[in-house]
Amino acid sequence: MLNLLTIAIKYSLVSNVVLSQFLGICPFLGVSRKTDSSKGMGAAVIFVIVLASMITHVIYVAFMAASSPLCKALGLRDGLDFLNTIVFILVIAALVQFVEMFLKKYVPNLYESLGVYLPLITTNCAVLGVALNNVSYGYNFIECLVYGLGISVGFAIALILMSTIREDIIADNDKIPHSFQGSPIVLVTASLMAIAFFGFSGLI
Amino acid sequence: MNKYMERIYNGIIKENPTFIIMLGMCPTLATTTSAINGLGMGLSTTAVLMCSNLVISALRKTIPERMRLPGEIVVVASFVTIVQLLIQAYVPALYSALGIYIPLIVVNCIILGRAEAYALFNEPDVSFFDGLGMGLGFSLALTLIGAVRELLGAGSVFGIPLIPEEYHISIFVLAPGAFLVLAMLTAVQNKLKLPSATNGDAPKPEFVCSGNCLGCFSDCAEKADERKEA
Repeated sequence: MLNLLTIAIKYSLVSNVVLSQFLGICPFLGVSRKTDSSKGMGAAVIFVIVLASMITHVIYVAFMAASSPLCKALGLRDGLDFLNTIVFILVIAALVQFVEMFLKKYVPNLYESLGVYLPLITTNCAVLGVALNNVSYGYNFIECLVYGLGISVGFAIALILMSTIREDIIADNDKIPHSFQGSPIVLVTASLMAIAFFGFSGLI
Repeated sequence: MNKYMERIYNGIIKENPTFIIMLGMCPTLATTTSAINGLGMGLSTTAVLMCSNLVISALRKTIPERMRLPGEIVVVASFVTIVQLLIQAYVPALYSALGIYIPLIVVNCIILGRAEAYALFNEPDVSFFDGLGMGLGFSLALTLIGAVRELLGAGSVFGIPLIPEEYHISIFVLAPGAFLVLAMLTAVQNKLKLPSATNGDAPKPEFVCSGNCLGCFSDCAEKADERKEA
């Protein structure tokens, strides 16, 4: 139990996926202009990463690991680990498509709020990063679930914080030196946020 | 200048993926803790980019339109796996320094961007040199950013000590330093009015979305907002 709590805190705050691991920089900089859209994007990312983390883990245990039924049946003693990247990226791309179709048909209310952000998530490297890290850290099913949740909640926290700061920046744009307007000031903000997140390292 | 040299010049100077088009920000920020790590990441990406451009261009008439993107992803992911295994076998130090960022070359927007924008419409030979040029431009940029961060943060370049230890600003090799160096770089580009995607002066290639990490997502997000309002 303590182990799970450590994973959750470590990956949502201490080594935050955006601010210390640099995964998912594109949506962090691109969708943080408005708080509303950053909330939608954050929720969609939590949904997809948790789902992808569990599904890729099941696929890994069933087909790819050296101890999996498939590798045992085929007599592959080293497993199929070298296919991880190819299989995971295809599974994630298919999963995002499938989630979009499913929500559109069966949960239209959720689709209204999250659906528009789903196609953007396939290119979010945090999703593939979580799937690959699950394997290299040797997590079990529950740990994969908590790890996925920790990473994606950390992403949502960073994204929503950034968007609220950025709304103020955009409102006071004239006070910023000319050469720093636009992306430089956003990157400086990200840098200061990363320094602030160092403060969480005492938690573990 | 023949057509091959033109592609290499284009990749390194005219449409440099990092300095001008602003693509692939995740590896740019994450792997530039030292000049040698930046160079290693750049060269790994170059190898994948050359091979994937060559194969995707050769197969461009064979792959049916509906299977285009999955087909491209399979080609790219295969080459990434090959490069990953080669680095793991022959350069283990680089493998442990770059870690997860080697398999994540698959989702680097430079690779699919070049495939979609160039390899699908051009002959395999020029596509190969396009990949080489873009890859070298990326390697050069990562090495330069890595050298600046290593010099300021650890007082050395390529491991050669230059600045005594009292003057190291170690934040530059940590995560916040990456954002800060990139902020300064884009600010200098704005000040000197150099062409860059961050001030809208970059040449606009026909990439997926508008082709840069910063712009790509905001473009997509704006479209998503429009769809939501409609």
